[in-house]
Amino acid sequence: MLNEFSNNTISLFLQKKKKKGSFFNFSLTTFSPNGKLLQIEHALKAVESGATSLGIKASNGVVIVTEKKLPTTLIDENSVKKIQKLNDGIGVIYSGLGPDYRVLISKARKKSQQYFKQYNEIIPVNIISRKVAGIMQEFTQSGGVRPFGVSLLVAGYDHNGPQLFQVDPSGSFWAWKATAIGKNSSNSKKFLEKRYKPDMEIEDAINTAILTLKEGFEGEMDEFNIEVGVITNDKKFRILEPEEVKDYISELNL
Amino acid sequence: MAGKNCVAIAGDTRFGVRNQTVALDSNRIFKINNRTLFGMTGLNTDILTLRESFKFQMNLYNLEEEREISPKTFAHNVAQTLYSKRFGPYFITPIIAGLEGEDYTPFLCATDLIGAMEFPKSFVVAGTGEESLMGVCETFYKENMEPDELFEVISQCLLAAVDRDALSGWGSVVHVLTKDGITTKRLRTRKD
Repeated sequence: MLNEFSNNTISLFLQKKKKKGSFFNFSLTTFSPNGKLLQIEHALKAVESGATSLGIKASNGVVIVTEKKLPTTLIDENSVKKIQKLNDGIGVIYSGLGPDYRVLISKARKKSQQYFKQYNEIIPVNIISRKVAGIMQEFTQSGGVRPFGVSLLVAGYDHNGPQLFQVDPSGSFWAWKATAIGKNSSNSKKFLEKRYKPDMEIEDAINTAILTLKEGFEGEMDEFNIEVGVITNDKKFRILEPEEVKDYISELNL
Repeated sequence: MAGKNCVAIAGDTRFGVRNQTVALDSNRIFKINNRTLFGMTGLNTDILTLRESFKFQMNLYNLEEEREISPKTFAHNVAQTLYSKRFGPYFITPIIAGLEGEDYTPFLCATDLIGAMEFPKSFVVAGTGEESLMGVCETFYKENMEPDELFEVISQCLLAAVDRDALSGWGSVVHVLTKDGITTKRLRTRKD
């Protein structure tokens, strides 16, 4: 009888120890019979229906721009900042689910600071892109989580010069000379293919980027519904003020 | 010790346990890459372990970053590694010497056993004979020495200090690092 009693208490104790959600320690992203990971395909669809973002790598810098279409005029547009800095020398923009983006930025910033703590050097662009891609891949192969519904464009300037990387929900990443993600990405990319020149300077690149964004823009484009981020050889990523953006837009309208 | 676009590290090669000499060929100065030299004094087992640990880290760094580490970055890495063992430290005093950047500016760094860094412009000393070494270096150091003169000065400093310290000696090695490469010379010291 003593054994029964102790067995019961032990099993009760073990039950109490079970954490919530420990039922899901298998991956939700599983292969389909034709070799695809459907969750990732769906995540890419979520990206494709997100707001357009594009980036261009010039010979002396990188520019990233995005649409900031807010659902109603009641939203305070100053509080919405889509382009974010990972550290002084690297900026990021996304297409897809905003909340997923915020979480990724937070993780990426932490990784970049860990690198700085170790080496007292700003993390190179290809290394941080690889680390972020690694995080995104983890979420395609872990228990109880779903892939991130964002693609990122990472722009930076380090010892290898200006660089622009795209990171996808699958965890793949690669470098671009110029690209667009989100809605209208294929049209924008065709436009960029015609306009891109390898020896383009940054001013030219900013104009081309805003022009490309305008092509697919629904409605009137002004300095409050787009965001522009630039990094040149001073290695400091800057998000342009609305007044500066206004100047570029008015130049294009002439 | 730093010269004009060159640096030198010198050390003795005695490995002993208090007053018993165990080995005469213990090399404690290591090449990290063509721009960086790294020397350690202190507990021999920690020296050997950290040598392997840094070799591991640097191999990974070279593969991931596709470039060689700069002396300043390496120094910070060393300090961070030592501080991570703040409450159970490695008993060593590391010295990092290298040539930084495209101008090959001399870079010197010494840290204590838990990673407090110091970046002297002239010279840095460590080990059982560090008090004698400090005195001799202060006397003989000059700014902007060419590699040959730097070699002479650092060798004389080491020899003089080693003669005054019972626990140092039994051979020494001097490395001079310039932009053309590393020259290594072994000196005869008193064998006692």
